[in-house]
Amino acid sequence: MSAVPSGEPLIEIHNLTFSRGSRLIFDRVSLSIPRGKITGIMGPSGTGKTTLLKLIGGQLRPDAGEVWVDGQNVHSLSRSALFALRKRMGMLFQHGALLTDLSVFENVAFPLREHTCLPESMIRDLVLMKLNAVGLRGAHDLHTAELSGGMARRVALARALALDPELVMFDEPFTGQDPMTLGVLVRLIRKLNDALGLSSILVSHDVAETLSIADHLYLLAEGRVIASGTPAAIQADASPWVQQFMQGMADGPVPFHYPAAPLQDDFHLPKVQECDRC
Amino acid sequence: MLSVLGRLGRAVLESLARLGRWFVFMLALLPALPSALLRPRLIVDQLYHLGVLSLQIILVAGAFVGLVLGLQGYSILATYGSAESLGVVVALSLVRELGPVLTALLFAGRAGSALTAELGLMKSTEQLAGMEMMAVDPLKRVVAPRFWAGVITMPLLAALFSLVGVFGGYAIGVGLLGVDSGSYWSQIQSQVDFFDDIVNGVLKSLVFGVAAAWIALFEGYDCVPTAEGVSRATTRTVVNTSLAVLGLDFIMTALMFDV
Amino acid sequence: MQNTTSRDIWVGLFVALGLAALTLLALNVSNLLTLPSSKGYVITAEFDNIGGLKVRAPIKLGGVVVGRVESISIDPHSFRAVVGMNIESQYSIFPKDSSAAIYTSGLLGEQYIGLMPGAEEAVLQAGDRIAITQSAIVLENLISQFLFQKAAEETKE
Repeated sequence: MSAVPSGEPLIEIHNLTFSRGSRLIFDRVSLSIPRGKITGIMGPSGTGKTTLLKLIGGQLRPDAGEVWVDGQNVHSLSRSALFALRKRMGMLFQHGALLTDLSVFENVAFPLREHTCLPESMIRDLVLMKLNAVGLRGAHDLHTAELSGGMARRVALARALALDPELVMFDEPFTGQDPMTLGVLVRLIRKLNDALGLSSILVSHDVAETLSIADHLYLLAEGRVIASGTPAAIQADASPWVQQFMQGMADGPVPFHYPAAPLQDDFHLPKVQECDRC
Repeated sequence: MLSVLGRLGRAVLESLARLGRWFVFMLALLPALPSALLRPRLIVDQLYHLGVLSLQIILVAGAFVGLVLGLQGYSILATYGSAESLGVVVALSLVRELGPVLTALLFAGRAGSALTAELGLMKSTEQLAGMEMMAVDPLKRVVAPRFWAGVITMPLLAALFSLVGVFGGYAIGVGLLGVDSGSYWSQIQSQVDFFDDIVNGVLKSLVFGVAAAWIALFEGYDCVPTAEGVSRATTRTVVNTSLAVLGLDFIMTALMFDV
Repeated sequence: MQNTTSRDIWVGLFVALGLAALTLLALNVSNLLTLPSSKGYVITAEFDNIGGLKVRAPIKLGGVVVGRVESISIDPHSFRAVVGMNIESQYSIFPKDSSAAIYTSGLLGEQYIGLMPGAEEAVLQAGDRIAITQSAIVLENLISQFLFQKAAEETKE
């Protein structure tokens, strides 16, 4: 996987357009994900960050535009070719998406059992290795219901890594985690990306954590790429929108109020002049 | 008036759309069915959930239905002086109708709703999407084994239901009301036909198994992936399965017994 | 994995119970055991009227079921009903001049064929036809006959 020069992007997205019902989610978005790096994709809730991951994974079809992963156009692939491509991708869902009827061990073993014919002893070794990498080797006997949110995500990460993918997509890995777990996850993502030579896409709206580990950042809003660059470059970006998002200001280019009729109309307030008392 | 018409129109459109999705689901599931047979392990797991866990309710319900049939049948037959035919009444009504139909209705409540809830939960917690991203087809891995298990389970449960019911009728008729034990069985054996009654009953429960599993799996797979959506889908499973079973039962009875 | 094995045992038990129930239903509750063995031989008989006789109705000799009705058809030349009877091979004992009659079990019960053995030495073979038959009693005919007789008696007086 590292044979290809790291300068050539792993994923290229050209003029991607996608809408849900009448709502336009992506309007001719183009971006590229480099190899061997952690690429952060940030934006307010509802900008379609998760949708972007599903488009890359071929679970959704774009209205227009193309997604190229390692030289293959995802949406022109046959089903079996798409499945073959997916084996080279790992995806960490927001809540882990662990199979609730299986134990931790069986969850990590799941992709191995489905896609390989390895002997049981080797599956055991591989699973324990993957679990060890996320620090949960001792938890392999637990049932998924016994896991905390952070542990579930780490198990899901071990499962995403089970087939030694080249690309791992993280969907909001930090949401709803306590600070300690956050630190663990941040370090884990960085460490695994570098140790295994992965390319990672990190979708998040947690500014501090994402800034701390991403090599490259894209800021999405209103269906477009608002800004892109290294974390330092983004932080230095003077555009008011970027500043509002990065610093979490309540009002700015993205207004605090959802577009509405004037206040007087909604509350049937009389015009000020007509009020005789004041 | 207009709003009533509008609601009616919306309801019709919505049910047409559901019907369409039902067919799409059917077409997608059909090719996944044969390969699921190659993994009996998965089917066995589901046989446990659908079959073994339904045993209790099926056996208890079967016994009670048999007891009631024994009491009611006796009181009617005794007025015509043919209490010896009690066995026939109990056995025929169980094997032809009550066994397959009541089993299917109980199955819808016990196993069908569980199937829908489980699948709906898997959908709402992104387990199905997660499988797809792991290049595993959830139709093959999750839905098809459950379908087979439902189809296999139903005739077995129905047979147990009928058998327990026949013994329940025996307990009441012979044990309590003094019908002759020998004539109870001999009447059954001379009047219940293997092809007309037993085979047709098994055929019925096979068809019910297909319908019940299909509806439950579709509702789970198609549900709105929220807590509310799952609970609605579960209700729909029980209602739709019950209606489908009763409707199919009428059609098949008319076809089988040349009424 | 312990869980899995106990589950397997339960599933095995369930399937075995279910199959046993099916077998019991088939053998003990239905007439599967009394169905004609295919080894029987078929003889035919012509009747003027078979009433409500049905395929698979029993054929009895002295109350013992010796076979089942296999087919019912019409002879295109004589316009009489032809009944094919499958007699179990162990009962290849009927003399050539045996007779067949259609009876009703009870007042409203099912109809069956009763055989009456004749006196000849030679035995009925597969494909033979019973010559002496007695049709089913049709209630309407009986009543009209009775009324006709009554009327005739009255005119005589």
